[in-house]
Amino acid sequence: MSETTHTGPVLAADGTPLKKSLARALRVEKMRALLMIAPLLLFVMFSFIWPIGEMLFRSVDNREVGEVLPKTVAVLKDWDGTSGELPDETVYQAFTADMLVAIDAKQHTKLGRRLNFEKTGISSLFRKSGRKIKKLDLETDGPFKEALIKIDKKWGDVETWKAIQTHSVNYTNGYYLNAIDMQRTPEGVAVQSESKRIMMTLFKRTLWMSLVITGMCVLLGYPVAWILANLPARSANLLMILVLLPFWTSLLVRTSAWKVMLQQQGVINEVLVWLGLVATDDRLVIINNATGTVIAMTHILLPFMILPMYSVMQTIQPTYLRAAKSLGATNWTAFWRVYFPQSIPGIGAGSILVFILSIGYYITPEIVGGAKGVFISNRIAYHISISGNWGLAAALGAILLAAVLVLYWAYDKIVGIDNVKLG
Amino acid sequence: MKFTKTLMATTALTMVAGVSGAADMADEMTIVSWGGAYSKSQLKAYHEPYAEKSGVNIINDDSSAEAVAKLRAMNEAGNVTWDVVDVVAADAMRLCDEGLAMEIDADTQLADGDNGMKASEDFGELLVSDCFIPQIVYSTTFGYRTDLVGDTPPSKICDVFDLEAYPGKRSLEKRPINNMEWALLCDGVAKEDVYEVLATPEGQDKALAKLDTIKDSVVWWSAGADTPQLLADGEVIMGSTYNGRLFSVIEEQKQPVAMLWDAQVFDLDGWIIPAGLSDERKARALDYIMFATDTQRLADQAKYIAYGPARKSSAPLVSKHADLGIDMAPHMPTDPDNAKNTFLYNYEFWADYRDDIDAKFQAWLAK
Repeated sequence: MSETTHTGPVLAADGTPLKKSLARALRVEKMRALLMIAPLLLFVMFSFIWPIGEMLFRSVDNREVGEVLPKTVAVLKDWDGTSGELPDETVYQAFTADMLVAIDAKQHTKLGRRLNFEKTGISSLFRKSGRKIKKLDLETDGPFKEALIKIDKKWGDVETWKAIQTHSVNYTNGYYLNAIDMQRTPEGVAVQSESKRIMMTLFKRTLWMSLVITGMCVLLGYPVAWILANLPARSANLLMILVLLPFWTSLLVRTSAWKVMLQQQGVINEVLVWLGLVATDDRLVIINNATGTVIAMTHILLPFMILPMYSVMQTIQPTYLRAAKSLGATNWTAFWRVYFPQSIPGIGAGSILVFILSIGYYITPEIVGGAKGVFISNRIAYHISISGNWGLAAALGAILLAAVLVLYWAYDKIVGIDNVKLG
Repeated sequence: MKFTKTLMATTALTMVAGVSGAADMADEMTIVSWGGAYSKSQLKAYHEPYAEKSGVNIINDDSSAEAVAKLRAMNEAGNVTWDVVDVVAADAMRLCDEGLAMEIDADTQLADGDNGMKASEDFGELLVSDCFIPQIVYSTTFGYRTDLVGDTPPSKICDVFDLEAYPGKRSLEKRPINNMEWALLCDGVAKEDVYEVLATPEGQDKALAKLDTIKDSVVWWSAGADTPQLLADGEVIMGSTYNGRLFSVIEEQKQPVAMLWDAQVFDLDGWIIPAGLSDERKARALDYIMFATDTQRLADQAKYIAYGPARKSSAPLVSKHADLGIDMAPHMPTDPDNAKNTFLYNYEFWADYRDDIDAKFQAWLAK
């Protein structure tokens, strides 16, 4: 053990400190590596992170109210909505001024649609009043309080102004509250009225049914993967095609085929009736409910479970099993103590894949789920394409994403993510 | 007199021809519609004659089901790639509200009826939005299995709610629209009061309570093709869907199904032109619309599909089905025999109440 007496920094051959010299060399390396992945990085940024980020941003973005009604929002701040009295003339005048600009730019109906998410009836109020407000003159037609109430008596309703005031903030928690069956009210956060509570039910149902589907896939997929891994290559390939064949068929075709199979006048019920197991007026209801969704989705997602299991099982040496048996283990002990632990990484990978895929499914539940087998994604689809409430859709999507990340984290803690193998 | 008219018509035609031949119109256009038999009827009645007349290249896109969401996204991206879009009236109204569709002046931008009637009069109350050019009237109504309903087939809408007289499953659409109206009607609410009652929370509860009485016997559908399939398989004894779908089950597939026209709900389908098109594309789109929604073209579409033309002046011109050779008039929802008791989809009401009632309806379904 030689002790260095030299206390200064270690120098490179050219006299610069070695640390600096090394860092410089590494920086060049890093730059080169970055340049090489730059195309992929940019692609991921622009096609993945940026659009998703922008969509998620909608869940809090509420600037349109302030943009269309800037003067109104400013003067409404001073109005106390809980007093039960209507705002005064300044608010009505500011509102008329804002509306005249908005009508010219055809923005008022858009805002009406936005506020109608919060208070039913505002959409037509803005549309109909717009036609008449257009004719008002800011200089001569005051006072506007009377003029507006004459146009539509809803302008004389405190609730209308409360709704505008409550939802005039630039960034709102309203969409997130709606997404968890709460609402933003003038008096603060409140629980959604009981008759409209649906989101939490759907979230719970989505998570629970996805778990059931994952479990079914493990139960059905494990033996298949085991057979595939232990057959000679020729027959294994043939079986593999059978596994993959439905994988290559259109999702809609497979889902519709399940309808033919499962409906009350369908193949399965007909066979059961013919065998005398089920009375003809008491046929099984196995579609258009949760059962239908579980059956159809288990079938559709099964390949995602079998493939990772298969590739992991292929790497397990059969000699281990033989060794265990030669040491006196029964078939079961050999399987359970030696084979199964080695196949767990495959189960883990398959389960994560199937679970995350099934959480986001909506076409299959929509077709075979009836009333009780639909997922939260069906609500998201409704708000994207029918109601146009993209803010709420984004909030629901964000919550779903967060739920998946939390579960992933929990999985990592319990099983360990290093213990997942795709092959 | 007659000569003057002919002369004027010829002049008008030359002018139109002159305009359509001009270089300031795009020579390619994308028309968006629903696909399937419906798009085929448009292809035969509108696209092919128009392409022949003008030489334009028409690209078809079957995206109408997502038209609102897609147009919104296109508008935000600043790149609208569609020229003419087929949507239901409720969607047209939404697109108009959001400034995503162009406003149309019926009298100057649409053709007069062949009887000289102004377009605004010819379409009449069907011009439900400033941006909407109506094309067809379709209806949502019930069909029933003639062999599964006993000796007295259902004749009234309330038979749908009568489980004693007609035991068995029925299929209803998985949304509140129409179902709530029918439920109230059969709960003793007068037809003219339906929307007034439905606007109140008590009225909504009343409608859901009525639907509750048959909830266990309902199969909920979300695609228009579901009810025809369920009826054909004997899975349900009656079910609601679009009348054109039922027409093909009955006349084309010869299934033992009959129509229950009572309390059918009229809805409209038609064109919109997206806002923000370049001048050439806008000119092309308007030229197409002028051609495709005239009296003869609308009547022609009824040869291929059982939906009623939106112009009053087209009704007398409706003839026989192009392949089956049967008279189409008795299959039109607008035929006097079928239209004894009808509703017109209340666009204003549902634009306001849809989100609210839909949340309640879905919560009720999940219970």
